[in-house]
Amino acid sequence: MAGNVWVIAEQWRGQLSEITYEVLALGKELATALGCDLQAVLLGHNVKPLAASLGKADSVLCLDHSALATPVAETFAQALMPIIRARSPQAILMPLTNVSLGVASLLAEELGIGCVNFCRDVRAVDGSLQTRSVLYGGKMEAIVKPAQRPAILGILPGVRPPDEGRTETVPPVEDVTVDVQESSSIRWKRYIEPEIGDVDISKQEVLVSVGRGLQSPDNVAVAAELAEALGGAVCGSRPVIDQGWLPLSRQVGKSGVVVKPKLYLAAGISGAPEHVEGMKNSELIIAINTDEQAPIFHVAQYGIAADVMDLLPALTEAVRSRKEVKSHA
Amino acid sequence: MKIIVVLKMVPDVVEELEVAADGKTLDSEFLRLIANELDAQALEEALLLKEKYTGTVTVVSLDAPEVDDALFTALAKGADQAFKIADGSGALSTRAGTYRLAQVLSTIQGLLPADLILTGAQANDDLDGLTAPLISHLLRLPQLGIVTKVSVDTAAGVATVLREFPGGVRGEYEIKLPAVLGIQAAEKPPRYVPVAKVLAAMKSQAIQSVPAPPVADNGGSLQIEEMAKPEVTEHAQMLRGSPEEIADQLCEILAARGLV
Repeated sequence: MAGNVWVIAEQWRGQLSEITYEVLALGKELATALGCDLQAVLLGHNVKPLAASLGKADSVLCLDHSALATPVAETFAQALMPIIRARSPQAILMPLTNVSLGVASLLAEELGIGCVNFCRDVRAVDGSLQTRSVLYGGKMEAIVKPAQRPAILGILPGVRPPDEGRTETVPPVEDVTVDVQESSSIRWKRYIEPEIGDVDISKQEVLVSVGRGLQSPDNVAVAAELAEALGGAVCGSRPVIDQGWLPLSRQVGKSGVVVKPKLYLAAGISGAPEHVEGMKNSELIIAINTDEQAPIFHVAQYGIAADVMDLLPALTEAVRSRKEVKSHA
Repeated sequence: MKIIVVLKMVPDVVEELEVAADGKTLDSEFLRLIANELDAQALEEALLLKEKYTGTVTVVSLDAPEVDDALFTALAKGADQAFKIADGSGALSTRAGTYRLAQVLSTIQGLLPADLILTGAQANDDLDGLTAPLISHLLRLPQLGIVTKVSVDTAAGVATVLREFPGGVRGEYEIKLPAVLGIQAAEKPPRYVPVAKVLAAMKSQAIQSVPAPPVADNGGSLQIEEMAKPEVTEHAQMLRGSPEEIADQLCEILAARGLV
């Protein structure tokens, strides 16, 4: 018996993450291809009611313990280790997010098994698994075969449409005794909610988003002028926020805000996967970047290979004069 | 306070990357390596902690092209000593590299225990694992990742850290020292150091080379079947011309959607 395919169902603060459904959809495909069951593994505290939403899996293993109330990679890995040893799944699919980060590495190391990160797809080829993994900030992809089973696969968001992982079916749930202790070295204190900025960028219809290609903090004003002409707001990618050019409330991406404006103008943003995750569902994406190979051009409908500072002033001017003509018409 | 910073050299993705003739690795001819960006954040956090609490910062890295530049830059920025560890494999494996590092760290006299081991939360080539959790596991130390703020109570031997969660939420944890932290961002952007200062460090300071012991395979090996640039299923329609011509084309596109 080759073992089942497992999906670690990610929940955070009592809610299943969207990526859980995406990974369930992928897991179902793999389990079908490999001729085994798909099992979801739900970890947390007082999380059992969430199992009812995991019906895409044939069954759910529920690991409920007060030590799992808040994410600590070490504790999560310790809770999973004994059941992986006891039940020998053939593949463990784990969402690669900033909730679960680190758990896969610890598990792989402790169990002496393979771990493949950054999977944007996984397929079963002749009975074994093959991942397509994103490397070097999206500039390369590798087809990877984990050398032994089980393998832990870190799955990136967007691997399948989340709706494919949802179903009304309520799965059978098995409570698994968890023998885990709260870490003696790590003590949880509290959540700190994000500060509400002056502008809620998730509610803007037009966003001019700036990245490292802007070169200097002084140039943010140039982007802000264009945003103003378009009746929108300026936001940015992580490096710009880390540099202190814009406040944290203006950060788009995985650890910032997810936005879906009518227009997203990416200025000097290369399009790292973490950023794309936060803006890929915008209605219209226009990207300006000097590097024509930049991954941002794979998600944009229109692209301009140019220096941001050459183009933005001209665009602001053109938008203003068009609006002026319109207001006089 | 004793702080160790683990730096990893990774391809600079600003440069064009090409696949080698074997179809499985990067072509080294076109490759420029730089210190992993988040490791540079870890170094900055270490230097800020040193300034605040006094102590020493030791930078360690596996040998790789351009590693001397990265290590001398770290020394010029204020690190106290730098170690370069021979890397035997050359394979794309964070796990193999981290074994080597963990083993060597404990052989360098006076290095361990350190109060903090800082490294980047992840790197763009962490295909088979992340350095911070791996090193914490190998050295049996507690670990937290995606850290953006560190303050230390040296008397109590604990650090209070903030760790990122989705949607701008952060979590506050207390962690006993010694500990490993995967840094996402330092409290300030990494400091700039002029080339002259790096050159001065090259003259006045030294990088200590350490041979690496043989490393056993922990059974986690991967097989890369193929490496390629991502297949472009969709690509933006590129607009060309002078800035003014492009601006006009963009205005037409926006007007068609009622956006101007």
